[in-house]
Amino acid sequence: MTAKAAPAPATVPPAGPSGNGAARGKRSMFRRRPFFTVALIVSLAYILGAIFAPLVAPYDPVAQSIDAMMQPPTGAHPLGTDSYGQDILSRVIFGARYALIIGFCSVLIGAVGGLIIGLAAGLSGGWLEWALMRLIDSILALPSLILAVAFIAILGQGVDKVVIAVGLSMIGPFSRTVRADVMQVRVQGFVEAAHLMSIPYLQVVWRHVLPNVIFPLAVQVTIRISEAILVSSSLSFLGIGVTPPTPDWGLMIAEGRDFVSFAPWMAAMPGFALALLLIALSIVGDGIREEFDPKGRRGS
Amino acid sequence: MAMTETDTLLTVSDLTLYRGSAKILDHVNLSLARGETLALVGESGAGKSTIAMALMQLLDGARIEGRADLAGAGDLFSLSSRQMVRLRGKRLSMIFQDAGAALNPAYTVGRQLITTLRRNLGLTRPEAYRRAVDLFAQVGINDAEARLSAFPHQLSGGMQQRVMVAIALACNPDLLLADEPTSALDVTIQAQIIRLILSLTRERGASCIFVLHDLALASQSCDRIVVLYAGQVVESGPVAEVLNNHRHPYTRQLKSCVVEIGRADLVAPEGTVPPHDQMPKGCRFSTRCPRALARCSDDAPPPMPANPDRGGPHDHVFACWNPE
Amino acid sequence: MLIQALKKLGQTLVVLMIVSIATFGLLKLAPGDPVQIMLGAEYSQETYESMTRELGLDQPFLVQYADWAMNFVQGDWGTSYIARTDIFTYGFKEALPVTLTLAFFSLSFAILIGVPLGVLSAVKKDTIFDAGSAVFALTGTAFPSFLLGILLIWFFGVKLQLFPVMGYVSPWEDLRLGIYHMILPGLTLSTYFIAMITRLTRATLIEVMDEPYIAAARARGEPGWRVIWVHGVRNIAMPLVTILGLQLGTLIQGTVLTETVFNLPGIGQMLTSAVLGREYQVVQAGVMMTAFLFIGVNLLVDLSYPILDPRLRDRK
Repeated sequence: MTAKAAPAPATVPPAGPSGNGAARGKRSMFRRRPFFTVALIVSLAYILGAIFAPLVAPYDPVAQSIDAMMQPPTGAHPLGTDSYGQDILSRVIFGARYALIIGFCSVLIGAVGGLIIGLAAGLSGGWLEWALMRLIDSILALPSLILAVAFIAILGQGVDKVVIAVGLSMIGPFSRTVRADVMQVRVQGFVEAAHLMSIPYLQVVWRHVLPNVIFPLAVQVTIRISEAILVSSSLSFLGIGVTPPTPDWGLMIAEGRDFVSFAPWMAAMPGFALALLLIALSIVGDGIREEFDPKGRRGS
Repeated sequence: MAMTETDTLLTVSDLTLYRGSAKILDHVNLSLARGETLALVGESGAGKSTIAMALMQLLDGARIEGRADLAGAGDLFSLSSRQMVRLRGKRLSMIFQDAGAALNPAYTVGRQLITTLRRNLGLTRPEAYRRAVDLFAQVGINDAEARLSAFPHQLSGGMQQRVMVAIALACNPDLLLADEPTSALDVTIQAQIIRLILSLTRERGASCIFVLHDLALASQSCDRIVVLYAGQVVESGPVAEVLNNHRHPYTRQLKSCVVEIGRADLVAPEGTVPPHDQMPKGCRFSTRCPRALARCSDDAPPPMPANPDRGGPHDHVFACWNPE
Repeated sequence: MLIQALKKLGQTLVVLMIVSIATFGLLKLAPGDPVQIMLGAEYSQETYESMTRELGLDQPFLVQYADWAMNFVQGDWGTSYIARTDIFTYGFKEALPVTLTLAFFSLSFAILIGVPLGVLSAVKKDTIFDAGSAVFALTGTAFPSFLLGILLIWFFGVKLQLFPVMGYVSPWEDLRLGIYHMILPGLTLSTYFIAMITRLTRATLIEVMDEPYIAAARARGEPGWRVIWVHGVRNIAMPLVTILGLQLGTLIQGTVLTETVFNLPGIGQMLTSAVLGREYQVVQAGVMMTAFLFIGVNLLVDLSYPILDPRLRDRK
């Protein structure tokens, strides 16, 4: 074997269906999947609303008004007001900011943590691999909300704490998928081949393993953002996440729950904002997964 | 054998079957006497199994034209699904290619046999159990009582097919459809299973349609033979007649596929079956036929008697404009 | 087969141990010095040290862990000051049954509604009914359960006043009243699972109905309903149980939220009030119970495979 022929391909040639998916191109994907396109537009609208919240929102989201408490939807307050007289529309718009920031940051923490543990578990062998696998099993033995609750118990409440808690709780599923991808690369044999040619180990990982792991990981990140948003708003709903008067949807729903019999809009408006975003994100995630990750891995 | 109309069990006339726009069967005519054994032969994809499945009304999403008259039941194709349920298992039954896949893996073979007996014949559980033991003995399964409580995967392929035979013959049907019953089995067991099916159907006076791709097997075991090519009947008649005095060029090609030791003139049929959207209007074999005439591809040849003096439906018939 | 089961059991025990060590470590990480908290504002250095020794806090981590684990196994889980009882009674005897009851009802709803719905959409494939159930399946899996719970309270509880919206009555003590109280929480929690089971049942049943044994069952005269329910549905049990096992975390997580929506005194409420009251031992107990539940049920799922699929019984 000559040195020239040896360099392994930088990425695994994609298997049949995924290759087709990539080859079919981006433009046709929107036409082939009308649901996906609509959901993507809805998601982008949320993102724009979150970025330009101060311009879009008619009121200050935390401005209280004794004159306008618990008003049903009117012209002045299209979605009504809450028990402090805060404008619900403005709070819903600013809430998108919190939901998306918390969702995105915590998924990033989870993905980075998962990448490290998953790579370590996939590349090591022997007892270390066994121990890391059992560690992943143990993290996965707790549902992410319960784990996040446990971390909140140590960290305390607040936006930053929620991001860390939710992020840490998502390391388990991420590390499992990363490990599975690493194992697939290893089966291909070119890690061993590169090793035999005494290419430094880290370089092999950097040049050959990472590129094959990063792309599916990015797909996973987009899929799991909705999960992160759900868990973080669940924490706020339980009253142990973000603290009032932050305009967080989960918190607003929890506050509205107590007034559901005579002011149902208080819970319903932020609720629908959350539900619509989650449904849109999950359709977008499904579409991306089916297009780029035909193995259909999802995990729990 | 002298035939009268009353001896006829099944008459299939002009059976044409579409799947989407594809014409899978094209004006198939068959007739079968009581107690007779008929072989459907042809390459895979010729529509042999489709005929069997169509007669059982087990094809979903297919459009069927034509008739299939079963003595005492009328046209099978115009029966309601409920009437069909009442016929299946009792008057018509079927043995499948791969017995391992045709037995439900979740239930014991005894349960599948006993349910059939109880539901179709209205037997009580002990009666059905005794019949099941008896049937297992008839199909040559030793230690019947123990085998009844076995799951399908615990039996060998031959044993599984014996169970299928027992289930198919449990209610003494008039007509047994055997869809390549031995193609999933070892050569040594194939003959045993065929002999078993033949002797049990003969005992019961039942008719049997074998779907086979093996001409040699067909000639050994059946009374009459129907040769199919791409959904059309090209030649049919008593086995000895068709094989010794064949008229259709396709029958010759099929015959020459039979490997005979010491003979070197083995000629495989040339070319392949055209896809459904390129099928000729007339004789479908015309694209591969060495004797094809100009009219063959446009004009479908009708069934013609090989011996015009004896032109009954059970006699030797072929469909060719330029017969050998 | 036995060896495989033992191996599985061993792995499970290791995972349980790691979880318990991590949970124990959690207590150690929690802010605040337990000795200081117990002694209050004024104490001497001497009493502090003797208290530390008494609590075993001068011992190495693993010794402390072993101590704690022994107590835990014996049911000595510490005391909750909020609930004013020992945590074992509070968590295991009182909260856990509530959570399990809710989970049981939701799962029953999910199977009793989801499987027939999935079977119907598989049988009526590509009809309007099928499309409708696909839309339901999609929204049902993405809709947040706590919002659904509030909507159900508003509609059935406040508008129609059909069902009680708060409180818990044990169905094991008063069956009718208990079920009555469980309907709204059960529906809230089960919607996700109904949608998921519908989707899964439809997909797997369509596959199974193409199997030769289905044609064979029809060929021997079995009527359509028996072919579907006896031969078809029986063979989707295994993928169904597998997915339900994998989704158990979602179920536990859902009970926590549903309990808060409907004010049910289960593990979810126990956990949230413990977090707010900084009762770390209670958090620990709650986390341990969920982990045990999750691991235990998954073990059961694994062990149930040979029952569901006879082919697995003879595998060596």
